[in-house]
Amino acid sequence: MRYEPVIGLEVHAELSTKSKIFCSCSTAFGAEINTHVCPVCTGQPGALPVLNKQVVHYAAKMGVATHCHINQLCKSDRKNYFYPDLPKAYQISQFDVPICENGYVDFEVDGQPKRVRFERIHFEEDAGKLLHDEGEGTVVDFNRCGVPLIEMVTRPDIHSSAEAKEFLETIKTTLSYLQICDCRMEEGSIRCDVNVSVRPEGTEELGTRVEMKNINSFSAAVRAIDYEVNRQIEVLEDGGKIIQETRRWDDSKVKNLVMRTKEDAQDYRYFPDPDLVAVEIDDEWMRQIESEIPELPQSRYARYIKEIGLQPKEARIISDAYDKACLLDEGVSMGRVDSRSIANWILSDISKYLNDKGLELKDTKLTAGKLVDMIELIEKNTISGNAGKKVLVQLFETDDSVDAIVDKLGLKQVSDEGAIQKLVDEVLAANPKSVADYKGGKKNVIGFLVGQCMKASKGKGNPKMINQCLNKTLSQM
Amino acid sequence: MELYQKTAAELSAMLKNKEVSSVELTKAAFARTAQVEEQTGAYITLTEEKALADAAAIDSRRAAGETLPPLAGVPVSVKDNICTKGIRTTCASKMLENFLPPYNATVMEKLDEAGLIMTGKTNLDEFAMGSSCENSALRKTRNPHNLDRVTGGSSGGAAASVAAGEVSIAVGSDTGGSIRQPASFCGVVGMKPTYGTVSRYGLIAFASSLDQIGPFGRCIEDTAMLADVLMGHDMRDSTSVPREYPSLTAGLNADIKGMKIGLPKEYFGEGISEEVSKAVLAAAETYRQLGAEVVEISLPLSRYALPIYYILSSAEASSNLARFDGVKYGYRAKEFDGLIDLYVKSRSEGFGPEVQRRIMLGTYVLSSGYYDAYYKKARAAQRAIRADYAKAFEQVDLILTPTAPTTAYKIGEKTSDPLQMYMGDICTVSVNIAGLPGLVQPCGFDADKMPIGMQLIGPRFGEQTLLNAGLAYEKASGLSNIVAL
Ligand SMILES: [Zn+2]
Repeated sequence: MRYEPVIGLEVHAELSTKSKIFCSCSTAFGAEINTHVCPVCTGQPGALPVLNKQVVHYAAKMGVATHCHINQLCKSDRKNYFYPDLPKAYQISQFDVPICENGYVDFEVDGQPKRVRFERIHFEEDAGKLLHDEGEGTVVDFNRCGVPLIEMVTRPDIHSSAEAKEFLETIKTTLSYLQICDCRMEEGSIRCDVNVSVRPEGTEELGTRVEMKNINSFSAAVRAIDYEVNRQIEVLEDGGKIIQETRRWDDSKVKNLVMRTKEDAQDYRYFPDPDLVAVEIDDEWMRQIESEIPELPQSRYARYIKEIGLQPKEARIISDAYDKACLLDEGVSMGRVDSRSIANWILSDISKYLNDKGLELKDTKLTAGKLVDMIELIEKNTISGNAGKKVLVQLFETDDSVDAIVDKLGLKQVSDEGAIQKLVDEVLAANPKSVADYKGGKKNVIGFLVGQCMKASKGKGNPKMINQCLNKTLSQM
Repeated sequence: MELYQKTAAELSAMLKNKEVSSVELTKAAFARTAQVEEQTGAYITLTEEKALADAAAIDSRRAAGETLPPLAGVPVSVKDNICTKGIRTTCASKMLENFLPPYNATVMEKLDEAGLIMTGKTNLDEFAMGSSCENSALRKTRNPHNLDRVTGGSSGGAAASVAAGEVSIAVGSDTGGSIRQPASFCGVVGMKPTYGTVSRYGLIAFASSLDQIGPFGRCIEDTAMLADVLMGHDMRDSTSVPREYPSLTAGLNADIKGMKIGLPKEYFGEGISEEVSKAVLAAAETYRQLGAEVVEISLPLSRYALPIYYILSSAEASSNLARFDGVKYGYRAKEFDGLIDLYVKSRSEGFGPEVQRRIMLGTYVLSSGYYDAYYKKARAAQRAIRADYAKAFEQVDLILTPTAPTTAYKIGEKTSDPLQMYMGDICTVSVNIAGLPGLVQPCGFDADKMPIGMQLIGPRFGEQTLLNAGLAYEKASGLSNIVAL
C-alpha cells in the first residue's frame, strides 16, 4: 500500500522589536546571563505586564501579508504550566481569539503551485533558557524571557518534507520582507514543531497525529519529517497502531523519542489575563499596517521572470532576499540602464562579494543609484566591465560617488578617436608580420592586435573602438 | 491629648506650623507601638531606623523652607503585601518570610513623593486570603477594642494599627472586603477606591481583577488625604485608568441635601444580625434628617455575589500564586528529589491551608471540562451584577448597607468552618465584582461595645460623593477618631 503523509506545522518566529513584549528590557541576543531582565520579565511578585504595541503591529503585519482575517480587538490569555524557565508559571499568549485567523501562503514546489492555509497566528512571550553547564546545578537565564514571538499554525495541507521546506523558506522570506524578524536561524529566531500523520493514498480520513518538538533548522525539519513518516509507515505495515504522542527530535542521532503520551497531556487552564486590557487595532492603525506591506516575494518572482526575462532560478535568488529585490526594483525604476544588467550584477558580483564577506546589503554602502551610475558608465563605454568590478568594491566600502572612484582609480577608458587611431597606427607599425598575415587572409590575427593595443593603452583603451579602428585601418592598407 | 490620638490632618497642621517635627511624631508613633504592639500584633515588620532617617530628611527639607505636600512627615503603616524595595515583604506567608523585593510598588513611590514616613509592614491573612487575619502564618493580630476578638481581614494589621493609635493612617488592600470589613470590626474608616484608580504595580496579586489598594484613617478627612496620595494613573499597570484625579480632600463638602441614598432590601434580611441592621438603618435615618432622600432599592443578583467572588478570585489566585515554586525566590523545601518534588514540597510546606484550599478551588474551576460551568459562567454573572448596580445608580447617588453580618467575633470562632468564614464577606464582595468604590465608617457599637461599620457604595469614580456623605454622617454622629486601648 502507498501512504500519503499529512503534515501541519507550528512555526515560532521571534519578532525583532527593540524591547520585550511586556517590559522595556532589550531583546538583543547574546548578552551576559540575566543582564536583560527586570521585575516584570523575571516574574517578581507584584510586577505587572504592559503590552508592547509594536508586537501587535508586527503580528498583524504578518497576518495581512498572509491573507488572514485580523481580529482588531486583541486579548491576551494565560497558559498555565510549571517549568523553571517560565518565571510566572504561566505564559502570556492568545487562546480563543488569536490576532490573525484563516490565512494562506502560495509558493512553488518543483515548479508546481502550492497553497498552505493558516489556522491562526498569535503573539506570545518566549521563555527563558536552562543552562546545565554553568557549574553546580542548573542556571536559568531570563534574557530571552519575554522576547516576543508569533506562533503560526498551519492546516494539515503539507504532504512531503519538500513541501514543508519550501513552506518554511516562504515564511522566512515573508518575515524578512516585512522586517519583523531577524531570521537568524542559528540564534533560534525561527523554530518549528511538526505534526505528522500518514494515511493510505487516496483516502480522506486523517491518521493519528504525532507531534515532534525540538526542530532547530529547516533541514532538520526535512530529516525529522522523513524519519517520522517512515516510522509511521513501518508501524502500520507491521500491523501496529500509531499512538497519539509528542516525540522529541534528536537531529544528531537522526531519530526521535517519545517525550509524552496523550495521557499525560497538560491542561493549560487558559483564561483571560486579568492584568492586561484588550488592545484595539482601530481602522487607522489597520491602514497604517496595510500600507507597510511591500510587494511580496511570490509576486516579485513572477514579475522578474516575465518583465526582466530572468531564469526562474535567478528570479528566485533575487526575490528570496528582500534587500536584493529592493535594489533591483529601485535600480529598474530609474529607467536609465538595462534591467537585465542590474540583475546580472546582483546575481554575480554583488552576491559573491556579500557571500565572501558574510555581509548583508544593508551592512554595506551600496545604493541602487550608485549601482545604476556605474552600469551607465559601462554602457556609455566610459569604463570597461572589468573596471566596473573595481568600482563596485569601492561602492560597497566607501561613500564616494562613482565618478570620484573612477577618477581616483584612473579607470576612464580611452574613447577618443584620434588617440585610438594613433594607438592602432603604432601597433600596426610595430607588427608588420601580423599585418602581412591579415592581408594574406588570416583575419583572426585581429584578436592578437586588439590585445596589443589594449596592452599599449594600459588597459584603458575602449576595446570595441580599437576593434573597429583596426578593421578599418587594415582594410584601407 | 497625646500625639497618637491626633488625626493625620491635625498632625499635618502641626507639622506645617512647626509645632512638632516629623522626627518627634515618628518617635511618638514608635513609642505608642512599643506600648500596644504586644497586644495588637498589628505589624510583621517595623522599620524604625529607616522611618527616623526619612523623618529627619523631611524635617530638614521643611527647615530649608521647602513647601511640602500635606502629609509630609506623617507616619503611615503599609500592608505587607505591597512591595518595598529591600524591606522584607512577606504576605504573612512562610513562602515569602524572607523575601526582599528588588523594587518598590508604585504606591510606595507615591508615599515617598508625598513625604509620608512608613513605620512598618502590617499583618494580613496569608496572601490576603481571609476575613479575620487569623490566616497569617507569621503573626497573631487582635482587635484593639477587645483583644479576644478578631480584627477582621485581610488587612487586619492595618486596621488595628490605626484603631490602636500606632499610626493615624494606613495603606491596605481590598479584594472582597479586605479594607472595609476590618475597618468595620475595628471602628475606623476604610475606603476601597474604584478598580483602576490606584496602581496595582507592586501589590502582590491575589485576584488581579478584584484587588485594589486603598486608605485607612480614623476620620473621613484623613482617609481622603491618603486617598489623594494613592490614587492616580500609572503606565506600569495596564488596568490603571487614565483620567483626571482631582483632590478629594479639597472637594470635601458635608452638605448632602437632596442626595439620594438607596437601601437595598437584600442587605437587611436573613443572615444579618439585628444589631448591625438597626445601626445601619439608624444611620439612614440620620441621612434623612440631614436632608438626603432615602429610598428602598433592590439588587436582586446580590445572592450570587459570593459564589461568583469565590470562583473568580480563586481562579486568578491559582494562577497568580503559581510563581511561588521554590525556584526563584521565597521558600524552597530543604530536601527534594527532582523538579516535581521541589515544586510539590516547596508549595505544600510554604503555603498555609487556606491558600492551598483556594489554589485547589481555582485550579478546579479553570480545568478543562469545568471551565465553562464555573469560570465562564461566573464571568457572565459578573457582567449581570455590574448591570444590576448600573440600574440602581440610575435611581440613587449612593447605596447604604451593612459592612458585615456581625461585629468582630471571637478569635478561633470560625476558623474550623471556612464556609462560615466566607459568608462574612456577603456584604462586601459584590463591590469588587462590580469594580465600584466602597467606604466604611463606624456607625455605632453593639452590646459588647464592639464597633459596627456601615458601608456606602458609589458608582464608578464616585469617591467624592462617598466621602462627602461619609463626612456628613461623621459630623452628625460624632463617631470620629475613635482610638482604642
Ligand atoms: Zn524585563
